[in-house]
Amino acid sequence: MRFPRRLGWFILGIVALIGVLYFLSMIGIEPRDLLETSFMAMTPLILAAVGECLDEKAGVVNVGLEGIFLITAVTGVYWAEVVGNGVGGLIIGGAIIGGIIGLLFGIISTYGKAAQVVAGMGLNVFGLGFVPFLLVALWAFPGIHMFDPSLVIRTIDIPVGGGIFRLSPVTIFAIIVVIVVDIILYHTLLGLRIQAAGEKPEAIDVAGVNVNHIRILASTVCGALTGIGGAFMPLGWFGGLVKEITAGRGFIALAAVVFSGLDPILAAVSSFIFGFSEGLAFTVMITPGVKEVVPHYFIKMIPYIATILALAIVGSKRFPRALSKPYIRE
Amino acid sequence: MTSAAVQGVKRLFQKLKRPLLESLLAIIIGLIIGAILMAIFGYDPIAAYSALLIGSLGSFDGICESLANATPLMLTGLTFAIGVKSGYFNVGAEGQAYLGAIGAIMIGSTIHLPYGVHLAIATLFAMLMGALWSLPVSALKAWRGVHEVVSTIMLNWIALFFVRYLIEYHFYEPGRAERAMPVLPTARYQVLGASLTTVIFVALAFMLFAYFLLWRTTLGYELRLTGSNPEAARYIGINSTRVIFLNFFLGGLAAGLAGATQVLGRPPAWTIYKTLGNVMNLGFDGIGAALIGRNHPIGIIFASILLGVLSYGAKFMMYLGVDPDLARAINGAIIIALSLPELYRIIRRLIVGRGAE
Repeated sequence: MRFPRRLGWFILGIVALIGVLYFLSMIGIEPRDLLETSFMAMTPLILAAVGECLDEKAGVVNVGLEGIFLITAVTGVYWAEVVGNGVGGLIIGGAIIGGIIGLLFGIISTYGKAAQVVAGMGLNVFGLGFVPFLLVALWAFPGIHMFDPSLVIRTIDIPVGGGIFRLSPVTIFAIIVVIVVDIILYHTLLGLRIQAAGEKPEAIDVAGVNVNHIRILASTVCGALTGIGGAFMPLGWFGGLVKEITAGRGFIALAAVVFSGLDPILAAVSSFIFGFSEGLAFTVMITPGVKEVVPHYFIKMIPYIATILALAIVGSKRFPRALSKPYIRE
Repeated sequence: MTSAAVQGVKRLFQKLKRPLLESLLAIIIGLIIGAILMAIFGYDPIAAYSALLIGSLGSFDGICESLANATPLMLTGLTFAIGVKSGYFNVGAEGQAYLGAIGAIMIGSTIHLPYGVHLAIATLFAMLMGALWSLPVSALKAWRGVHEVVSTIMLNWIALFFVRYLIEYHFYEPGRAERAMPVLPTARYQVLGASLTTVIFVALAFMLFAYFLLWRTTLGYELRLTGSNPEAARYIGINSTRVIFLNFFLGGLAAGLAGATQVLGRPPAWTIYKTLGNVMNLGFDGIGAALIGRNHPIGIIFASILLGVLSYGAKFMMYLGVDPDLARAINGAIIIALSLPELYRIIRRLIVGRGAE
């Protein structure tokens, strides 16, 4: 039932994208570069957005994605240097550290009965202060750290139209994650339980499933995925680390979640749209003939304006009934 | 008469006891987490904290600087608190403060007016700029149901680039392109000591105004009822669109004033840098001030003084190699601790024993 309708939208989207790319190539923007940057920008957004979908389905709101991004960007680089390769950093400094943060967040939102939005915002503020501290503590230099280029995760180079299209394996991993999470959510018992934990926690409690455990699990997975996204930014994309590296992407991912109404595949699509707007900003900025006319500050606003416009268009969506409410047995 | 007064004080204390203890507990936990972080990375937490205290409170200049740091925080805290009281999670103070700062420069450094008038107009214009930046948030919330956390953060980033553009293209100081034109001497608040100026009284007056508005007027009652019981507010016919606009507008005024304090009331620069370093993160630090102060204007004043001491004193931890941004991490830990209602009960049970509940 669901699938054919989605397929139609998907084909429509591809056609629209080709149209947009064709139009942009007319004004001198290279579509290959644009798509390349869009896929890079999309990757952390997808990972965090899909994790957050899972989390919110289970009834936990984590607005601290930005904080997790910030912290894991630094820990990812640190562990990559310790282990001596980028993927190792992505796993230890990204997935594991992110997972631990998610686990703690899950515990305080269930057993701690935390006001989740406040706790999440606290996590963001914490990250904002902890990251500059960490940069100085680890590498004794404020605000910025350049690491060995050999630690950057190697891209898969696909020759396209006389140039090379660089695709990160992490992007492919992110797309696989989307499909896996979609299957788990809608086609497995665990998925059913996750959805029930958000919609009607009493029901699975009566069935003998621990609501809090389901929620903590979802929160941990969300943290781990977001952590991979955070570590990906320096290790797979920028090749360097600055303290403002995340630039509000945690909140853009949050917007993608709201935009999708908690559907992982739609969240991935909206991540692509936001990634594309960011790619557009990057490409336009270096396009000759544009950069002289339009101040780059306005081009940098594009992803943020696109996010607001997208949310204004879709308006408000329906969210799980027990979202952000700690489950208390009566 | 006296016994009635004693009774009154007793009742007030009874009412305040739990929130005060909760805030105190959260502050202690925040400081402990800060100490643990320092210890992990091989710094000496006790030396660092004593450097912090001596630096911020050990001299007249230190106290002045701490109060100067506290001034914008109470205002951005108020922005957040008004939001909470009306049932919204307004984290837009950050961007609105940028707009307030550039607004103060627009009037303060380009127009020639007599002393008092210039100062007043520059301050009011800055507040208005902050409030104007809140209008898209209200419109998106009221008519499209867009969640305010996302829209305010996006507008914060747009504000950052917009203000940087304004500085670089229109308001840069000739010969010193890294910053905007300093405001003229007619648009500067009087210096009280170090970088503390009379602008702190303007900030305090605005806090009292907000208190009066929220607790002593019908408008304020409408805001608070919408926040505490939206169903009841709708039932008695309160216009929710008006509440949304009013809440974000008031918050914007406060945040705009916060930005202005860093320009019109902050020597030696009397301006903002293109990095926006001297207004950056005021909005986020304000969240901590609001939560520690229990979202009450009077509480926020004391909480912001505490955070002012923390953020100014943290600069002295640099002598031990500790990055002063750790103060913000401590603030974040305090916010997390304050989000946990269970924490107070657990600790109380540990101290008093199980029977206390």
